Amino acid sequence: MIQDLVVHGVFIVYAVLMLMTLGLILTWVERKQAAIMSDRIGANRAYIRIPFTQAKIVWWGLFHGLADGLKMMLKEDWRPQAYDRVAYALAPWLAFVPVLAVFSVIPFGGRLEPGALFGEGAAGFFGERVYQLQVAPLDAGLLVVFALGGIAVIGAMLAGWSSNNKFSLLGAVRAGSQMISYELVIGLTVIGLILIYGTVNLGNIVEQQSGMLFGFLPAWGIFLQPFAAILFLVAAQAENQRIPFDLPEAESELIAGYFTEYSAMKMGLFMFAEFIHIAIIAALFTTLFLGGYNLPYMNDAGLLLPGGLEVAMPHLLVVILQITVFWVKVFLMCSFLILVRWSLPRFRYDQLLSFAWRFLLPLAMINLIVTAIAVWALGAGA
Amino acid sequence: MKPVIDRRKKYWNEPRLNWWERAYIFEVVRGFSITGGVFVRNMGRWITGRKGALTSYYPEEKRADFAAHNRGKHVLTQREDGRPQCIACNLCATVCPARVIEIEAGFDPDDPAHPKFPIRFEIDYSRCIFCGFCVEACPEDAIRMVPDVPGLTVTDRSDGMWLGKQELLNWQPARDPAKPYPPRPAKGDGAPSTDTDPPASKQ
Repeated sequence: MIQDLVVHGVFIVYAVLMLMTLGLILTWVERKQAAIMSDRIGANRAYIRIPFTQAKIVWWGLFHGLADGLKMMLKEDWRPQAYDRVAYALAPWLAFVPVLAVFSVIPFGGRLEPGALFGEGAAGFFGERVYQLQVAPLDAGLLVVFALGGIAVIGAMLAGWSSNNKFSLLGAVRAGSQMISYELVIGLTVIGLILIYGTVNLGNIVEQQSGMLFGFLPAWGIFLQPFAAILFLVAAQAENQRIPFDLPEAESELIAGYFTEYSAMKMGLFMFAEFIHIAIIAALFTTLFLGGYNLPYMNDAGLLLPGGLEVAMPHLLVVILQITVFWVKVFLMCSFLILVRWSLPRFRYDQLLSFAWRFLLPLAMINLIVTAIAVWALGAGA
Repeated sequence: MKPVIDRRKKYWNEPRLNWWERAYIFEVVRGFSITGGVFVRNMGRWITGRKGALTSYYPEEKRADFAAHNRGKHVLTQREDGRPQCIACNLCATVCPARVIEIEAGFDPDDPAHPKFPIRFEIDYSRCIFCGFCVEACPEDAIRMVPDVPGLTVTDRSDGMWLGKQELLNWQPARDPAKPYPPRPAKGDGAPSTDTDPPASKQ
């Protein structure tokens, strides 16, 4: 019992730290990648001076995220005159916490045997226990993702409603209808995967993606459901409210959308939630479609190269390798999402909704029907 | 049947997308490949130690490709002996619509042809509008504008954005068609030297 507490406590701290760091780094990545994509240099003026010397640590502008955070902490926390106090204070947290909590069901590595890792004392303490590298190995994993995603909408709606501003309210209404539309699309695309894998437990889904397909393709979801992968990415970008779907924030029309009236760290929370949401979407996509922590030709025991060559690896190396593979995939996905954000122009609002209801939704349904028929036909054969 | 000719003036764009473009996803992928290609190219340049950007790292680095007709900075031309050609007549300061030029005139008894010279000649670049009236007003061809930037990044606002006589006299072109004599080589800080004798023809 106490062992479980220790392990999961470590997992929770690790997950929160990783997400916070990733959110901070993503602000830098977004700036730098956008700059390099458009032939610019990018933010590189923030530095830390080593005390008593003139040596400045610039590190390609990595400290701009810290400088931003510091600025937001020190700014005046201005509030509108007439506003709903409770809802106003609650809204940023309702936008931020669910996004963070979604990560609890995402497996960021394979199996962990703490007893086999840290010598004799640990072996005596942990015994033969085996843990999934996952904060909460729930059977209802995917459902939890959708439940928490639904709460994030409430954050945006509350923020718009409570700040007593027409722009905020417009942004909130837009956020609400947009998120509901695209949540539906995400749900329908993912049902195809659930049909194939027969479970909503994300850990099981990732386990089923190890191994090979037809001998040469990794058995990743993107090769089983390429159509669903594209639809999922589109809908997830819309869910994240980033360009080309950033209508709730649309600076040119709504100032800043539903968080117009927020300042200082409350506004920072909204921004931070958005960046962590990128990481979460990347992690979800990695888990569902890119095989999670799986590397081709690798399993929990070591490498299994084509030609029957087996290379056994120590448990520690396997765990580290799996975690690294997961984060590398997540980071590449984040980079791709940022590429999308800096490549495409914004939709008009009617285009946005008709795109969801008249284009994505039918496609998702067709995809679902085809998948269901294929699963039924193959299952009948087996 | 006669075809109906629509003579109304068309002020809108006809939709010219074909089915491939209207499918959206292919054109989106093409866009990604363009932006991603630029990213990979520039990233490769940065990694291999070259410069992967068109912009310049401004105060430390000045762009080399100013257009020949760029007029971004004032210079004071020099006499043969390196003193400013300016006679402190204050015409430029008078004509200046932004009133940014400040001149303090001095008396030079050693040069009877040009007894007045500027002790101070300062331009406030925080207000200068780069209209070039000063250049037009000057009767002596003493002030000109060149393709350059003042280079006045300061960290303290109270420092202001002033260029003084020293910096304005720093101009040392290799060739100047408006003057018969070749310009002198740079004298360190570019300050006018007083130890050389004026040429005999000016006496």
